[in-house]
Amino acid sequence: MEHIRTPKVENVRMIDRLTRRKSSVGTLYLSSTHTIFVENSEARKETWVLHSLIYNVERLPTNSSGSPLIIRCKNFHVYRLLIPQEKDCLDVLASLTRLSRPERYGELFCFSFNPNLDKELREKAWGFINLKAEFSRMGIPCNLWHVTAANHEYRLCDTYPSELFVPKSASPAVIVGSAKFRSRGRLPVLSYFHRDTSPNLFIASICRSSQPLTGFSARSSDDEQMLQAIMKSNPVSEFMYVVDTRPKLNAMANRAAGKGYENEDHYTNIKLQFIGIENIHVMRNSQQKLIDVGELAAPSMSDFLWGLENSGWLKHIKAVLDAGVFIAKAVAEDGVSVLVHCSDGWDRTAQACSVASVLLDPYYRTIKGLMVLIEKDWVSFGHKFSHRYAHLDGDPKEVSPVMDQFLECVWQLMQQFPCAFEFNERFLIQLHTHIYSCQNGNFIGNCQKERRDLRLQERTHSLWPHLWENRAEYTNPLYRTDHSQTQGVLKPLTTAYCFKFWKGMYGRAEKSVASHQSPADCLNAVREESQQLEEELSSHQEVPRETDAGQGIHMHA
Amino acid sequence: MELSEHIKTANVEDVTLRRPFHPALRGTLCVTSHHLLFSDRKDEASWQLLILLKNIDAIEKSVENLFGYPRAMGSSGTITIKCKDLLVLQLEIPGMEECLNIASSIEALSSLESVTEMYPFFYRPSHLTLNGPWGLSSTEQYYKQTERLWDRWRVSTVNSDYSVCPSYPSAVIVPREVDDDKLIRSARFRQGGRFPVLSYCHHRNGMVIMRSSQPLTGANKKRCKEDELLLQAVIDGSELGYIIDLRSAQQAQQARMTGGGFESKSFYSHWKRIHRHHERGKIVQESLIKLVEACSDPSHSVDRWLSKLENSKWLSHVHSALSTAGLVVECVERDGHSVLVHGSEGTDNTLLVSSLAQLILDPASRTVTGFLCLLEREWIQAGHPFQQRCAHSAYSHARLKQECPIFLLLLDCVWQVWRQFPLALEFSEALLLRLAQEVYASNYGTFLCNSEQERCAAGVKENTHCLFQSLLRPDIEEQYLNPLYEPTDLAIWPSVHPQSLQLWTGLFLRWTEYAQNMEEAREEVWSIVKEHHEQAGPDRTNNTLSTHCDTLTPFENLMDELTIL
Repeated sequence: MEHIRTPKVENVRMIDRLTRRKSSVGTLYLSSTHTIFVENSEARKETWVLHSLIYNVERLPTNSSGSPLIIRCKNFHVYRLLIPQEKDCLDVLASLTRLSRPERYGELFCFSFNPNLDKELREKAWGFINLKAEFSRMGIPCNLWHVTAANHEYRLCDTYPSELFVPKSASPAVIVGSAKFRSRGRLPVLSYFHRDTSPNLFIASICRSSQPLTGFSARSSDDEQMLQAIMKSNPVSEFMYVVDTRPKLNAMANRAAGKGYENEDHYTNIKLQFIGIENIHVMRNSQQKLIDVGELAAPSMSDFLWGLENSGWLKHIKAVLDAGVFIAKAVAEDGVSVLVHCSDGWDRTAQACSVASVLLDPYYRTIKGLMVLIEKDWVSFGHKFSHRYAHLDGDPKEVSPVMDQFLECVWQLMQQFPCAFEFNERFLIQLHTHIYSCQNGNFIGNCQKERRDLRLQERTHSLWPHLWENRAEYTNPLYRTDHSQTQGVLKPLTTAYCFKFWKGMYGRAEKSVASHQSPADCLNAVREESQQLEEELSSHQEVPRETDAGQGIHMHA
Repeated sequence: MELSEHIKTANVEDVTLRRPFHPALRGTLCVTSHHLLFSDRKDEASWQLLILLKNIDAIEKSVENLFGYPRAMGSSGTITIKCKDLLVLQLEIPGMEECLNIASSIEALSSLESVTEMYPFFYRPSHLTLNGPWGLSSTEQYYKQTERLWDRWRVSTVNSDYSVCPSYPSAVIVPREVDDDKLIRSARFRQGGRFPVLSYCHHRNGMVIMRSSQPLTGANKKRCKEDELLLQAVIDGSELGYIIDLRSAQQAQQARMTGGGFESKSFYSHWKRIHRHHERGKIVQESLIKLVEACSDPSHSVDRWLSKLENSKWLSHVHSALSTAGLVVECVERDGHSVLVHGSEGTDNTLLVSSLAQLILDPASRTVTGFLCLLEREWIQAGHPFQQRCAHSAYSHARLKQECPIFLLLLDCVWQVWRQFPLALEFSEALLLRLAQEVYASNYGTFLCNSEQERCAAGVKENTHCLFQSLLRPDIEEQYLNPLYEPTDLAIWPSVHPQSLQLWTGLFLRWTEYAQNMEEAREEVWSIVKEHHEQAGPDRTNNTLSTHCDTLTPFENLMDELTIL
């Protein structure tokens, strides 16, 4: 509370940019976690803005009607306020600037967020997603893959989970040697195991790692054996792909720093493939340009399309999707295992592996499945959430919309396959908000070790059960488990015209009061009603029987 | 010359047909006076493709072995057929001579100029009779239905012999106090005689949308008292009306040099003029050509695609049309004023804007019947020159004359409205797609000719079938219904923010893989709704959906989770 200079400002005007007639007057309250705007109108409508979601606060020059203040959020909501007194505006600006940039983990909202759950329920909630169960769903451990204790207490790699799945044929020495030859010790380990049910019976896998420390000529026989072991654990295939998701030039430049990519002459039976996803700095700039396009005041059609092109955003989304498509095709159609890496193996690698998994496995297209996938490929494998999503006031160069791009790839797929996903757009947007909001402990910190050290499971709540309880809200009415799109591998088109501007995400600056004609809501309502009718019908059928038998109906009511 | 004389080779065997996303087929190709018929060789359950020759926009031929090898040596040719509905087909025809003959027949027969030689005059399906009603409504009927008009408006038959305005229908609605003589004088003062007539009367407040062509003020600033009186009579006691001029102020000024012009403030003191620039004619046609070209190359990078999409300007035209229609609606519905819309000739953008405004304002025009009536009144009877505008589509190599896809632009704008308000229209995208096809090539006479006068002279009503009548047959209409339809009385203001407007993939990517998944989704929607109807039973069908009625607020972007529906 020490950062709040003025906890309450009256006669503040909240401006709707498109329809000025709709702006409303009310009172602005600042709490330690939220800024709340309460309209003076009879409805006393409240708008809550979470401080940890604030991206920046901008004050425009004071004019005759007051001091304008623009609050931009990390989920692309924009609030425009007009504060009568300049002094109040400056106070609010100073408070929000400080409150939106916590300096220590302890200041984060998740540590004060208290949804009134008892201890037992909270602990149970943290067990809602179980990665061991997920690997066993894939059929792991099996005769080819097993869990290794090599990373117990994060001895081998402090950004990896403590439990790693590796080929059975890889000896402890090979595992340790391979880790030594990989950037930050991120050795090749299993990410996804594809058990084919078709007559092919492919058992190809997707593994992930960081770049090898090749420099210009170095090699490691352990690392070479590790890849050999991965390839051999897919008995039907004679080679494996190494997908380097970076542009080739970037990969080559890394050699000067003692890193690089696999030399095809040193590794037997690998095929190296570069995909060309740009680095986090390019992506950050691209997204900023895209946000600017969304914020243009009265753009012409050409301004908009030119801005969209100029941002390069959709081109980058296509690159990520292309990576996923390449991997999924190798695994499902050719039955070839793939090792995916970029530089550190926690951004582009996570994107490529998880997009490929969504394409390959219908499970990841369900509500629970997507949670599991994010927990596995992102949270457990050390995607640096707190750095990338600026949870703490830190190096702005570490910030980048990596997860945004993954979620958008899923959204683009939903546009092409409207019946293939159990969840709807709202679910993706909700996930996006929570990745930034710091309301729950799930995405705090940068790796499993850090989360353990922060004792997050004891001090914060898990997001997943909360989303699960509200899953009705996130359900796609067109999803059916028996639908042709639902089953099997998705083969999306990646023609340029398939990629659309995600208005639901980036067009939110435009949206004022929620008013909508949503076909999905309408269909959901129709579905629910059908179910109710069905239940009514069956209960009607039951009643006479019970009456005949002379039983008390009330007991069943 | 008889049509059949154009046909030198009527039949070719062993032809290979290639279509996008289908395996190649071998079969027999026939050319008739109006059709290209391909049937695959299997005797039972044979598959046939029947294409109206009029649907063919361009053909390209390439012949191999031109050096006179005998046919047995395998001389053959390939004809690429590009249709006005944007489908592209390839036919591999054995025999060079056959190939060239077929190509020349197609070229000659696909560009017939005489209306009475066209297929609608020969289309005689067994389930339709020629004596049935033709068309859905008339000026008189519209007048009778619209009680609000009876007091101050009348039906004038001053144009009954089409001498006052050749492109107007025989009956028009005008202010009661303006007699026919005044109309004749006003007509002389308007380009093509298109004097201001009533297009729509708003059910809520009685305000009207008028349309006309530009006044012929010329360089000397001529005036016409009768024209001024006519417009004065439109607004009656109310103090103000708006003229929405679909040209920029500068263009309107320039028009004076060629005899056209605009209503000056000093002579039309109660009318406020607003200029909105709209592209027309060749520029819009070229937009279509560029857009279709961009869509037909899947190898473009994202940057190149966006740049081509922008460069085509097609979405800019959609944007302008919807924005100006929104402006008209704002004047009529929100500010309570009457509006006169015109550009130059008053046969293209004028109709586009006035009909879109009606769709936004008037719930009656959002039903299948209502929408078709709107098209009939505002486009067919109002004299949009369909024959000239739709002579060619996006592929033609012919030199462009008066082609312009304004009607396609209307359908695109309606699609944008439907996408933003997926529950508000009774019809579905399928109807728009059907119309987009029919307007370029049809079995029916509805879109023939350029005006009612021409249709009358050619005997269209007596000798062809009416498309709109046929679309409304219950078994047919069902295909075009929107399963989510939920009528609303409110105006449906589309967002015209560029990010709310999208490429109409259903039309422009119709023949790509992209369309297939969308089709599945559409079927899924239907099955959910049908299942519900079966469970709810006939009595309860309607009241469920209506519980989800929303208030429709202007300029608010809508949730579009399922943009494809």
